[in-house]
Amino acid sequence: MNALSATVGRAKLLLEGAGSVLELRALEPEAFGKRSDLAKATGQLRDLSPEERRQLGRALQEARAELEALFGRRLAELERQEAKQRAESERLDLSEHALLARRGGGGLAEGLAQPTLRGYLHLVTQVREELEDIFVSMGFEVAEGPEAEDDWHNFQALNMPAHHPARGMFDTFYLGTGGEGSALLRTHTSPVQVRLMVSRHLPIYAVVPGRCYRRDTPDASHLPVFHQIEGLVVDEGISMAHLAGTLDAFVEAFFGAGRRARLRPSFFPFTEPSAEFDVTCWVCGGEGCRTCAGSGWVELGGCGMVDPAVFEAVGVDAERYTGFAWGFGIDRMAAARTGLADLRDLVDNDIRFLTQF
Amino acid sequence: MRVPLSWLTEFTPVEEPPERLAHALSFLGLVVEGTEVVPAPFGGIVVARVLATRPHPGADRVQLVDVDAGEGESRQVVCGAFNMKAGDLVPLADVGTVMPNGMEIGRRKVRGEWSNGMLCSAPELGIGPEGGEPAILVLPPGSATPGQSAAEALGFGADIVFDLEISPNRGDCFSVMGVARDLAAGLGLSFSVPQPPHEVAEDLPAAAVAIDPAAEDRCPRFTGTVVENVKGALVSPLVRRRLVLAGMRPINAVVDASNYVMLELGQPNHPYDISRLGGGGLVVRPAQDGERLVTLDGTERQLGPDDIVISDAEGKAVGLAGIMGGADAEISPETTTVLLEVANFAPLTIAETGKRLGLLSEARTRFERGVDPELAPCAIDRFVDLLGSGVRRGATTDLHPGRAAPVEVPLRARRANLVLGTSLSTQDCVALLSRLGFEAGQRADDRWVFRVPSWRPDCSREVDLIEEVARIYGYDKVRRLLPAHPARPSRLAGWQLARRQVREVLAGTGASEAWSSTFLSSRELELAALSPSSAVVVENPLDSSQALLRTSLLPGLLRALRSNRERQAGALSLFELGNVFAVPGGPGGDLVGSGGPEATFPASLGSGDGHGAESRRSASLGGFLYRVVEGVVEWEQLGLVASGAGVDATYAARAWEVIAGALRVDDAGVVPVAADLGPGALIGLPALHAGRRAVLAVGGRPVGIVGELAPEVAARNGLAGRVAVLLVDLVLLLSATPKPLVAREVSRYPAVDLDLALSVADVVPAGEVAATVREAAGELAEEVVLFEVWRDKSLGEGRRSLNFRARLRASDRTLTEADVGEVRERVAAVTAERHGAELRGARPTS
Repeated sequence: MNALSATVGRAKLLLEGAGSVLELRALEPEAFGKRSDLAKATGQLRDLSPEERRQLGRALQEARAELEALFGRRLAELERQEAKQRAESERLDLSEHALLARRGGGGLAEGLAQPTLRGYLHLVTQVREELEDIFVSMGFEVAEGPEAEDDWHNFQALNMPAHHPARGMFDTFYLGTGGEGSALLRTHTSPVQVRLMVSRHLPIYAVVPGRCYRRDTPDASHLPVFHQIEGLVVDEGISMAHLAGTLDAFVEAFFGAGRRARLRPSFFPFTEPSAEFDVTCWVCGGEGCRTCAGSGWVELGGCGMVDPAVFEAVGVDAERYTGFAWGFGIDRMAAARTGLADLRDLVDNDIRFLTQF
Repeated sequence: MRVPLSWLTEFTPVEEPPERLAHALSFLGLVVEGTEVVPAPFGGIVVARVLATRPHPGADRVQLVDVDAGEGESRQVVCGAFNMKAGDLVPLADVGTVMPNGMEIGRRKVRGEWSNGMLCSAPELGIGPEGGEPAILVLPPGSATPGQSAAEALGFGADIVFDLEISPNRGDCFSVMGVARDLAAGLGLSFSVPQPPHEVAEDLPAAAVAIDPAAEDRCPRFTGTVVENVKGALVSPLVRRRLVLAGMRPINAVVDASNYVMLELGQPNHPYDISRLGGGGLVVRPAQDGERLVTLDGTERQLGPDDIVISDAEGKAVGLAGIMGGADAEISPETTTVLLEVANFAPLTIAETGKRLGLLSEARTRFERGVDPELAPCAIDRFVDLLGSGVRRGATTDLHPGRAAPVEVPLRARRANLVLGTSLSTQDCVALLSRLGFEAGQRADDRWVFRVPSWRPDCSREVDLIEEVARIYGYDKVRRLLPAHPARPSRLAGWQLARRQVREVLAGTGASEAWSSTFLSSRELELAALSPSSAVVVENPLDSSQALLRTSLLPGLLRALRSNRERQAGALSLFELGNVFAVPGGPGGDLVGSGGPEATFPASLGSGDGHGAESRRSASLGGFLYRVVEGVVEWEQLGLVASGAGVDATYAARAWEVIAGALRVDDAGVVPVAADLGPGALIGLPALHAGRRAVLAVGGRPVGIVGELAPEVAARNGLAGRVAVLLVDLVLLLSATPKPLVAREVSRYPAVDLDLALSVADVVPAGEVAATVREAAGELAEEVVLFEVWRDKSLGEGRRSLNFRARLRASDRTLTEADVGEVRERVAAVTAERHGAELRGARPTS
C-alpha cells in the first residue's frame, strides 16, 4: 500500500511538473499509462489471493481515477495558459493601427498609398438605390420598418382579418417567441404603410424598400427571402389617374423614354380598385419577344387605391383623403435589368458574380 | 379554373377571336394564365346505323354487327359489347383511325370473321367512365345521320380552353356562368342563363331535411330533393367532354351531373345514396367534440363543435358541410335514388374548418369565397335536367333561415370620379353597372342606390361599386396625371445617407458587398462561436438548416468566405449590411437590450398602432429599429470579413478608421476589451482572437467589435490564414451625431513639425496616448499623427516607441523656440503621468 501511494505521489509530481501541453501529453504513459508503475501493479494482481486482489484492485482503480482527474485539470490549465500566451505573444494594439491609417490628413503626409480598385456594391443595392433616388426626385421620402412584425400590422390593419382567404396569397413564416402574440416575418413591406399612416401627419408621399419573407421553396424565380419596394401616397384629391401617372413617370425614368405602365384589374385586400401593373417589355421595347411571351408587356407588380377599410384601421378620414399604393420586387427588377436567369445567384455571394456589376 | 369557350357561348354569344377574348378577360381581372387550343376530336370516327346483330360462329364473347356507315352498303364489324340493337346510331372508327389512346384500327380477322373497323364505347372516345360492362356509346335516335362525323353529331367542335386565375374575392367567377357574365359585360354583349325545365313528380315525397338551430347561423340555406331512377341514367357525351376539358374526370352519371352543375353555375352540391342514409334524411348540425368522419378522400378527420357536418336523420355524420362528403353514403353504380343536397354555408366557418384540417376541395374553394344563396333552385333543376328524361324528382324542401334582404349600396358619381380621376355621369355609372346585374334604384340627393346582385357578396360598399365601374369602363381608359403635391422637396434622411456612405467607403477600400439569407442553423451559429439559444426560432422553417434567425452577420459572411475558397478564390474582402434578430435578454446574456437604443431614437415612425396593445412598445425610426414584436429584438448590423495574404486584425481596424472618418463621427475610438463592457455590440466577441480584438466606440459608447477570427474558430471553419472581422451596430453608429461643420481659419504663419518619440508599455493603447498628446499639445497643434511604431530591446521588455509628429502653428504669429519647448515639456509631463511614457527624443524636424 505504501508502495502504491509512493507511486501515485511520483506520478503527481510528474504531471504537475509538466510545462506545456506537449510535455504533459508525453508524460501520460509514464504517469498512469502503459509504461506506468500503476500498469505494472495491475498486471501483477493475478498473482495475489482473491482477498488481496480485491483490496489492491480497488486501490489501484482509485489511484488511476485520481491521476486521470489531475491530468484533465492540468491539461485544461495548460491549454488556457498557452492560449493566453499565444494571445499575448500575438497581441496587437489595434488602436495603434487605426492611428497609422490616419497618417497623412491635413498636410503632414509624407507619401501616398497606391490607389486601389474599388469593390462592388451588391446588384440589389444598386437597383434599390436607383429606385429610391427616382422617387426621392419625385418628392417621396424613403421610409423603412422592421422585418419581424405582428399580425395586426402585416394582416389585420391591411383588411385581412384572421381566416381571410386572401391570406392564402402570403405564405408566412411564424416566429416562436414564446409570447401569445403571433410574431411573424413580414410578407410584404406594407406593414410600414400602416406604421406611416398611424404615426404621420398627412399628406404622405413615401416609398418603402426592404426585405420580405414568404415560405416559397427557392427556385430560379422565387426566393423565400427577397426585397420589395412599395409606394404610398395619401392626400386630398388623389385618384387612380395619379397612380397611373406616377407609375408611368417612374417607368420612363427607370426603363427609359417611351416605356409605359399599364393597369389591369386585380385583387388585393388592402386596395380597391386594385390592379396589376405591366410595363413595356424591357427586352423588345414592346415589339413582342420571348421574355414577354409576345405581348410586348411584362408584369411588374401590384397597385391600387388604398382601401377605405385600411384607412379606418389606421384612423385616417376616408371621405377626406384618398391614396394609392404599389409594390414590386427589387430582386426581379435586378434580374430583368441584367438578364439574370436564376435569382439564387443573388444570395450565393460568389465573388465572380458580385464583381460583375 | 379551366373554362372551355364553347361552354361560355351557352350564356353569351361571343364571336371574337380567342386572342381578343383572352385580352378582354385579362382586362376584367380574370387573368388568363394559358390558352389551350383543343382540336376537334375523333378524326376518322363516323356515325353508323346498326342494321343487324348476329352471333359470332366461333366465339361467345363477341358478336357480329352489320352497320351502315353511310356508304350505301353493309359493313361487318366484330364487337365485344352487346348493348345495341338494330336501328341504333353508334360511333364507328374506320380502318386506319388512330384512337385517343394511340391504338390504330386495322382491318383484321377475329376468330375467322373480318372486322372492318371498331364500334366505340365512351371510354374509348376519352369521354366516358372507365370500368363496368363494355358498352358501345349509343346516340339519341334521330340525332345524326350515318356517315356524319361523330364529333359533329356529338357537338364536339374544336374548342379553346382558357386557364383563368380567379382572385379570392370573386367566388362567382369560379363558374362558367360567372366568367361569361363578366365577359359579356366587358364586351357589351347580351347574357342569359338557360332555364332548364322544372317538372316535379307529385307522387314522390318531399325530402326530409332539417337544420339544427345551433347551425342556423352557419347555414343560411339548405335544400334537399329526392331524385329517383338514376340507375342507368346517362349524361350526354358533351357533358363528359366538357368535364374533361375543365380538368375533371367523368365518374358516373350522377357524379358527373353534380360536378357539371358546380363548374357551370358555381353551386357545390352533394348527391347522397338515399338507401344508405339512416332515416332517409339529412340534418345540418355542429359536429360533436371529437366526432370522427372518414371523408371521400379516405382520410379520417377529427371534428369539433366549430365544424358543421351533414348527418343522416339518425344523427350519423355523412359529410363535412361545404367541404367534402363522407365515404359512407357515396354514390355507387347500384344507386337508384339520391337525395340531392344543394346548400349554402357561411364562408368563415368553411374557411376555418378547411384550414384547420388542411383540406382543399372544389366546394371549399367556392364556399369560402361566397356562393350566391339564390342559386339553389336553378342548380337543382339543372342537375335533374342533365340526368335525362328517365329520372323523376320530388318536391324540394327548401330551408332558408338566413335569407338576407338584397344589399343596397349608394354610389355618388362625384366620388367615383374623385377615386378614378374620370368624368363619368351618373347615367354612365348606371349603364356600366347594369351590365353586371346591379340595378339602379332610388335616387337620393347626389347618390343612386344600387341593388347588389345576390352573386356579388364582395360588393357591399361604395368603393366596391366604384371598382366595378372602373373594371367595365376599362382601366386602360383611366387618365394619367402626376399628383399636384410634391411642392415639397424630399431627400434621404441623414441616417440613410450615412448608410449609403458606409457602403461607398467600404467599396472604396476594395471590399464587395454580399447579401446572405436571414435564416441559418444552430450549427452555423456555433461555427461562429455564437450561442444558438439567443436566436429567434422560426416555427415553420423550410428545413432544419434554416430554422433560426441570424443573431449576427458573421455566420453568413463566413459561409461566403468558405464557399468562395472552395471555388479557389484568392484574397477576399466582403461586407454586408442587414438586420439581425435575437431573443431579448436571452440566456446568452450578451445581447442588445439593456442600455437599449430604444429610448434614444427619434421615433419618426411612432409606436401607436390604433390597436392599443402595449406589447408593441417602440417602433422604428424609419429603418433600423428595435423591439416591435414581443420576444424579438431586431437591429441593423454592419459586418466585414477579409482574408488573404497580409491580412490580419489590423485590416479591420483600418477599415473602421475609414468608416468613422467618412461619417465624421465625433470621438470614434478603438479601445481595449474590458471585462465589464455592457451588452449590445459585443455579440460575437468570443469568435475573436483574445490578443487581437478591440471594441469600437463612439463618444465612449461601444458600437461594435473589431479583430481577427480566433485560430480555433478559423480552423473550425476550414479557413486557413488570418481572417479580419468587423461587426458594428449600425443603429448606434448611424444615430451618432457627426462633428459639426465649422470653418476654421487657415493660418498663414509658418509651422514647426515636432517629432515626439514616446516609449510606452505595450499594454497602453496607442489611441489613449494619441489623445493625450493631442490634448497636451493644445491649440498650437494643427495636426498630430502617429507615423511610426518602433520596437527595440533597448527600450526595455514590453515597451515600444510611439513616434508622433505634431505640426505646430499659431494663427497670429511665428512660433518661437520657447513655444515649441513648452509643448514638448507638456507632452512629456502629461504622457508620463497618465501613461508612464518616457519622452525619448523630441526635435523639430523643420
